[in-house]
Amino acid sequence: MAEQTPERDLVRDRDPRPTVIADELHIVYRVNGARTGKGSATSALSRILRRGDERGVRKVHAVRGVSFVARRGEAIGLIGSNGSGKSTLLRAIAGLLPAESGKVYTDGQPSLLGVNAALMNDLTGERNVILGGLAMGMSREQVKERYQGIVDFSGINEKGDFITLPMRTYSSGMAARLRFSIAAAKDHDVLMIDEALATGDRKFQKRSEARIRELRKEAGTVFLVSHNNKSIRDTCDRVLWLERGELRMDGPTEEVLGEYEKFTGK
Amino acid sequence: MSAAPSPDEGLTPAALAAKYGLAVSGARPSLGAYVKQLWGRRHFIIAFSQAKLTAQYSQAKLGQLWQVATPLLNAAVYYFIFGVILHASRGMSKDVYIPFLVTGVFVFTFTQSSVMSGVRAISGNLGLVRALHFPRAALPISFSLQQLQQLLFSLIVMFLVAIGFGNYPGMSWLLIIPILLLQLLFNTGLALIVARAGAKTPDLAQLMPFLLRTWMYASGVMFSISGMLKDRPEWAKLLLQINPAAVYMDLMRFALIDGYGAAQNLPPHVWGIALGWAVVFFVGGFVYFWKAEERYGRG
Repeated sequence: MAEQTPERDLVRDRDPRPTVIADELHIVYRVNGARTGKGSATSALSRILRRGDERGVRKVHAVRGVSFVARRGEAIGLIGSNGSGKSTLLRAIAGLLPAESGKVYTDGQPSLLGVNAALMNDLTGERNVILGGLAMGMSREQVKERYQGIVDFSGINEKGDFITLPMRTYSSGMAARLRFSIAAAKDHDVLMIDEALATGDRKFQKRSEARIRELRKEAGTVFLVSHNNKSIRDTCDRVLWLERGELRMDGPTEEVLGEYEKFTGK
Repeated sequence: MSAAPSPDEGLTPAALAAKYGLAVSGARPSLGAYVKQLWGRRHFIIAFSQAKLTAQYSQAKLGQLWQVATPLLNAAVYYFIFGVILHASRGMSKDVYIPFLVTGVFVFTFTQSSVMSGVRAISGNLGLVRALHFPRAALPISFSLQQLQQLLFSLIVMFLVAIGFGNYPGMSWLLIIPILLLQLLFNTGLALIVARAGAKTPDLAQLMPFLLRTWMYASGVMFSISGMLKDRPEWAKLLLQINPAAVYMDLMRFALIDGYGAAQNLPPHVWGIALGWAVVFFVGGFVYFWKAEERYGRG
């Protein structure tokens, strides 16, 4: 298998190079102080005094032994009911949540589309654009270059000079628009989108959907978490169905969605 | 597994990853690579620290004026309690004691607040840690820089107080720069250590104020160590004097206050000790923090 180059040319439409490999991945959350129903000080004390392997800690096994191989050019949808481990799986692929056991191998740095956590409500929109850009790993020059584009895309300044006001003064729609605009300003290798990103009014939704399509074209592999079967059908050619942290089905979109719709009783 | 092309059939995931050069996601980089990544994020570190600083007082009417007013009020309260009520000055003249107290309070606060924000650097920013990629050491370092900027505001007050009590700027004031740099290194190292500890045990944030207050009273913030321990054995005095907080505090006083005798107040080899604490804590703290890099962000 030393000569790969001619082989790769033959299968251009289905590039065999994997970008993400998950191998028997398990993710466990540890929650402090949730073992007993009682949250009182005495029950916390008795938990500490009662010796055990891990006192007062409850474990939530969110992802149980998921394995799959994602390849370049694939757009993969993640479906499953609430709490089935979709977002957790995405974070683990991105290397943001340490795995309990098993491994995720990736080509390049997968990134989640989202920057909310780095922004500060007490700062002006202007400074948040810069801070958010830097937090996502853009250089100062890149941020400067894209600044105007981000502000224009968000449409924050359409109704006056709002970008120089603190973000806490924004309406929730305006803040969501600015957050999306910042997050979508960067291009990614492996892109992961966690549902309901297209927020705001109808006009902005259209604009952000178009931007997601654009990002998808640039990225090598795309993961999309959504409860909207229509947007999964529009976007993805392969679907992973998670239920209770286990991979229940993995296959072409129509096949899996068909089963999923039967399961949910639609 | 769906439709894998034939040449890769039967390969284990690990072998497949090796064949195409995939790396383990979220693995800890080597120390050299880690430092490089951190350097690449220097603009983020600085922007984040400045943003935190500005956000602090953005809802107050007086705004950034509080940066100076807060340390001034702090100094006034300590003066009232220790200078006027408790007479902790012990033979120091008022002209020496007030700048002595103000310098002590500000310099110790620098270390104290670096540690406090360090404890919460990871555990208080889990959202950020779980959403974006960056070397996690950026957080405690950024918080220490925020405290440095805060101290620079306090320095204005410190200078005014020093001048007000007859200590005029001289060459010795230039020593403030190396002292602050060494203290910054020490603080950052300490913040990195408690950040890792606080990420594993968030309860430390509750415990820390008590430890810090004990440390403050033992370091001679409000009294002169040599004056207070006059009748005690020499080693006890030396032990208190070489503790890092006391070293940086006394060096700063030595630089700022004319009447502050170096002979009885500074331990021998004080600059060596100051450098030693800074290097040992910074390097040790950095390596200690890096060792758990891949585990931050677990709930």
